[in-house]
Amino acid sequence: MVNQNQISKLKRLSEIIISIFSRPSGMIGFSIVILHIIIAIISPLIVPYDYKEINSLIMLRPPSEEFIFGTDQLGRDVFTRTLMGGRVALLVTFFGTLIAVAWGGFVGIFCGLVGGKIDDIVMRIIDAFLAIPWILAMLLIVVILGTSTEVLIPALGFFYGKGIVRVARAATHDVIARDFIMAAKARGHSNFSIIWNELLPNVRDAVMVEGAMRWSWMLLAFSSLSFLGFGVSPPTPDWGLMISEGRGLMSFAYWSVIAPIVALSSLIIGINLSADAFAKALGIDRTQKAPV
Amino acid sequence: MFLLILKRLGLGFITIFLVSVIIFTGVEVLPGDACTAYLEREAKGELLEICREQLGLNTPAIERYLSWSYNALYGDLGYSLSGEKPINEIISVRVRNSLILAVTAILIGIPLAIILGIVTALWRDKFPDIFISTFAIFSMTIPEFISATILILVVAIWLNWLPGIVIVSSNSTVLELLPNIILPVIAISMVMTAHMLRMVRSNIIQVMSSDYVQMAKLKGVPYWKMVFIHVLPNGLLPAINIIALTIAWLLGGVVVTEVVFNYPGLGRLVIESISDRDLPVVQALALILALIYVGVNLIADLLTLVVNPRLRTLQVRK
Amino acid sequence: MSDKIQTIENLSIGFKSQNGREVSILKDISTHINKGETVGIVGESGSGKSTLALAMMGYTKQGLYTISGQCLFKSKNLLNMTDRDLEKIRGKEIAMIPQNAGQSLTPNLKIGYQIEETLKLHSTINTKDRQLKITELLYKVRLPSPNIMAQRYPHELSGGQQQRVAIAMALAGSPKLLLLDEPTTGLDVTTQAHVLELLNEIAKDTDTSMVYVSHDLGAIAQVSDRVIVMYAGEIVLDGDVREVLSSPLHPYAYGLLNSIPKLSLPGLPEAMPGTPPQLEQNIKGCCFFERCEFATDKCKNSKPELFIPKNKKMKVRCFWHSKLSDKQYKPNYDTHSANKTKKLDEVLKLDKVSITYTKQSILDQLLNRFSEKNITVKDIEIEVNKGETIALVGESGSGKSTILKSIAGLLNTKNGAINFKKNITLSSDVRNRTNSQLRAIQLIFQNPDESLNPSHTVQEILSQPLKLYFQLSGDKLEEKIIDLLKKVRLTESYLYRFPRQLSGGEKQRIAVARAFAAKPDIILCDEVTSALDVSVQAAVLKLLQDLKNDMGTTYIFVSHDLAVVRAISDKVAVLYQGRLCEFGPSSEVYKFPSHPYTEVLLGAVLEPDPDLKPVLTAEDRVEESPPEIGCSFQSRCPRVLGKKCFTETPPWQISKNGNAIRCHIKIENLFKQQTSEN
Repeated sequence: MVNQNQISKLKRLSEIIISIFSRPSGMIGFSIVILHIIIAIISPLIVPYDYKEINSLIMLRPPSEEFIFGTDQLGRDVFTRTLMGGRVALLVTFFGTLIAVAWGGFVGIFCGLVGGKIDDIVMRIIDAFLAIPWILAMLLIVVILGTSTEVLIPALGFFYGKGIVRVARAATHDVIARDFIMAAKARGHSNFSIIWNELLPNVRDAVMVEGAMRWSWMLLAFSSLSFLGFGVSPPTPDWGLMISEGRGLMSFAYWSVIAPIVALSSLIIGINLSADAFAKALGIDRTQKAPV
Repeated sequence: MFLLILKRLGLGFITIFLVSVIIFTGVEVLPGDACTAYLEREAKGELLEICREQLGLNTPAIERYLSWSYNALYGDLGYSLSGEKPINEIISVRVRNSLILAVTAILIGIPLAIILGIVTALWRDKFPDIFISTFAIFSMTIPEFISATILILVVAIWLNWLPGIVIVSSNSTVLELLPNIILPVIAISMVMTAHMLRMVRSNIIQVMSSDYVQMAKLKGVPYWKMVFIHVLPNGLLPAINIIALTIAWLLGGVVVTEVVFNYPGLGRLVIESISDRDLPVVQALALILALIYVGVNLIADLLTLVVNPRLRTLQVRK
Repeated sequence: MSDKIQTIENLSIGFKSQNGREVSILKDISTHINKGETVGIVGESGSGKSTLALAMMGYTKQGLYTISGQCLFKSKNLLNMTDRDLEKIRGKEIAMIPQNAGQSLTPNLKIGYQIEETLKLHSTINTKDRQLKITELLYKVRLPSPNIMAQRYPHELSGGQQQRVAIAMALAGSPKLLLLDEPTTGLDVTTQAHVLELLNEIAKDTDTSMVYVSHDLGAIAQVSDRVIVMYAGEIVLDGDVREVLSSPLHPYAYGLLNSIPKLSLPGLPEAMPGTPPQLEQNIKGCCFFERCEFATDKCKNSKPELFIPKNKKMKVRCFWHSKLSDKQYKPNYDTHSANKTKKLDEVLKLDKVSITYTKQSILDQLLNRFSEKNITVKDIEIEVNKGETIALVGESGSGKSTILKSIAGLLNTKNGAINFKKNITLSSDVRNRTNSQLRAIQLIFQNPDESLNPSHTVQEILSQPLKLYFQLSGDKLEEKIIDLLKKVRLTESYLYRFPRQLSGGEKQRIAVARAFAAKPDIILCDEVTSALDVSVQAAVLKLLQDLKNDMGTTYIFVSHDLAVVRAISDKVAVLYQGRLCEFGPSSEVYKFPSHPYTEVLLGAVLEPDPDLKPVLTAEDRVEESPPEIGCSFQSRCPRVLGKKCFTETPPWQISKNGNAIRCHIKIENLFKQQTSEN
């Protein structure tokens, strides 16, 4: 038997999706993100050259029919490397975001619910973490623990979850002040049931939108690390790294930086546009919040 | 009112204290210590012992934390491993350089953000708003190292207007530095302005649709008078705190920008010290950056307190 | 009628809907305001009354625009004037007193400045005279110590004071026409009566024309000379206040008047069927067609014009008004307490219950909002018998909702006991109550938007108590839910809708159904009808009454609306500042209000009858907290005896009619004093 409640909820979901795609920003944003994800998945199958094959004979060739984005300082095909350059970034930041949403949402809701001393202490600590610039903390971790994905995913996930803690906590406060929570309390539902049935569905939206936002910032952080030489190690193709490597030769081989710049920028803008459209479709105003 | 200020100061102090603990334990918990990190893993026993002896790494962690924080409280941040100089000496000149950069960016960014925010809010959904808002989304979301790279490519390489890379030493005078800060300042203030102008815009739009602004119109208050007396004070007030948070958040971006332009500020020191695994310097830097963060927020809080009659008078009545 | 101050001709205002269609909020409005006249505009939410009032100032809200017609003021059309010209008229010739003064005063500017601003803009007097004028205005609206008031910020004043400031601000320009948009909504009963009295005085003294917009016919009756009744963006009735209120010739106005509970007529008001048409709906004929008992095909297909029936002082938009004038305005009331059982079966007893708590949430602390108001309730003794409806009435701060929450176990009591069915003492913490105790007491909240989880469907909302208390599932659950929907007069088609897809009245029905799902002994109703329109309120009250008769449920009903309480309750408890003042059978309390506060409260109630004026005896003042010792009503009581009132807690006295009061004055003397004054 099909559950009618599910159908109603699916209908609501489809309404939200329609409303996302009916906005130009949502339409463009989601298309970009989906395109990037598809490319990341299938790129090893479609790229024309080997991404790590070094050939000193064809160094810094300008774009031509043979190499449509030209070649880099080691004679590698820029087109191939650009197509594959988002794979690690997407993988790391996607799972990093999941971790961030999970722990940030959990701690935020927990603090919002218990309040009092525990809440105060946790929020102080979160504040202290906010006071340490992300780049410093990330660099420290990476330098000492290395730059493998097993380090980067939890590290980014941890560092970007603290902002979600604040959002989840504020949303929890808003929701628990409402009468339907009091109604459930008065009926005598267990705490678990109140959290699961009444609170979570209403906090979820805010946390998800925040998570989408975090994703773009995490991507920014990840590629900044790569750019600084503390991220993906060569010869793995990565946009941040490609920009950093091509930068010195920019004055006569601009093509080796333009392609990764366009790729990375479009992905970040795409995620941002999607998150904005998502927030608007759910009726959440994001612009009031600071990017912490 | 006075109590509230004290409370804020206290909270700031607690944050700084927690930051120092986090940094210290962070370095402590991670495998290895300052000496193994600095001398690399292959360090011989004897050399390692000497280094540890010098840094006092053989004493218990709590003792070391206490002496470190005690010294830091009195302005002594320790001794750099790579530069083999007191950290204060290295950092002070870098702080000056970074401050020149940051303050210029803030001085340009805040007024620009406020003016553009007001313009976009008042001409909402009209041409100036659509144009500026779209531009803001781009400059806000694109990573600093990309916008900086594009700036260098376009302004320095293709147009050849300004030097792309700063080639002065960290000890150069302010006058020597000045011509070199133009591009970094543009790169930083672009992101900052975009962030802030979006917040200012949404605050003002909110106030414009409030009952009291409608009332002012119905009282016959002329448009611009209404904007300046009824709208702006209320629209900009909540922006103060958000602006502060934004500034603090952008510290990370400043680091990247400095590296792109090879600018001898705190940011590059962060990268240098981390590359050198000079943990004492890293600790000191984290503390200083956290101090700036807390300081900026504290100023914003106090400013809000002074300007907002709600907070002020509630205290008086109490 | 030559002295028209404003004329509105064929005015239509609307907006473009998402699919590009033109939707009108006001449809072809034509009327006029005479010099020195007060016109009341009445209508329910969505009738377009506020849009009309704003149009009279040449103002349309963002997104709205004038489709056709004009608003003529001094023979100039306000709706196509330049902003520059409008600025000269607004605040000087025409001024507005807004609904929510608290939000309509600019938060960062002092009261004095905001009044001075109007003076500066619209007069030429110098600084010194301006200061004098500000003081004079604040004095005129009867604010205490005007000079200090002028230095205050809006948030430092109470709701009633803010409203008075808004009035002073409007008067500053000495306008010819004063527009009032629900100026007393949200104020306490006594405050509202005082503000209305002030407005009446201003109208008399200054010869200003007024347009008074409200959903409350009671308030309209007190101030207006003429009434305009609006429905779905149209004027359906326009005429002399006395005539309209005694024999309304439009079926909507008739129904509206009948759905208002009145003090003078006990019993439930008659509900109006149906809901107003949607804005987007394209109506060819009469807009009231769907809900009208006289409707014919003619009504469906052609729109009636506004015209004046013979020998009448009103314009009517109805083909069948003569049927109404035949029908006469003869209210058809149920008498609900007919089936009074003599058998007294106590289900709940509050035994000297006291509650203290500081209302300060974590959020408030974080944002540094200091709400230091201690809500205290002291020594409440109430006995509730099975099948009774007990009402707790009082103004804001009286502690009525606090008591309700403590019965539900949501607030800890400090002293005293809550006894259920004589021998069970209920824990003051909901978590320590047994399942059957929980089931026995259910709560219905004021605002269904808040009390229904927006992410659940109706089916899920209703299944929660059924699953929790009866472990129902599958077909049985489904059956029971459909049964519940039927009980609250809704159909199966509502099962899988979300709350936001329902109207206000429907939402409240779901909330009622959820409470009844538990088959409770007692239902606690917290202002359950105050968020609803009058005609919807009547229907919900009727529903509650029917359900009670079917199921024998006991209600504890909290309300600030004394007429609603009169309509539904068997017994009334009057509260002031968390102390019980009077308790007794409603018929007695309403007929012979003994306690001075009950007298003040009932005196301030506004009836939809211009000849029943409120009686204002006590000073209108907001007290921050109850006095430490003595009678709780000491500082406002018009009948203070002497020192005793300030030092001793008054004793309980029981009158021969059965109401108990807490007062130092001998109950016989109270009656004597009252009758000698009348």
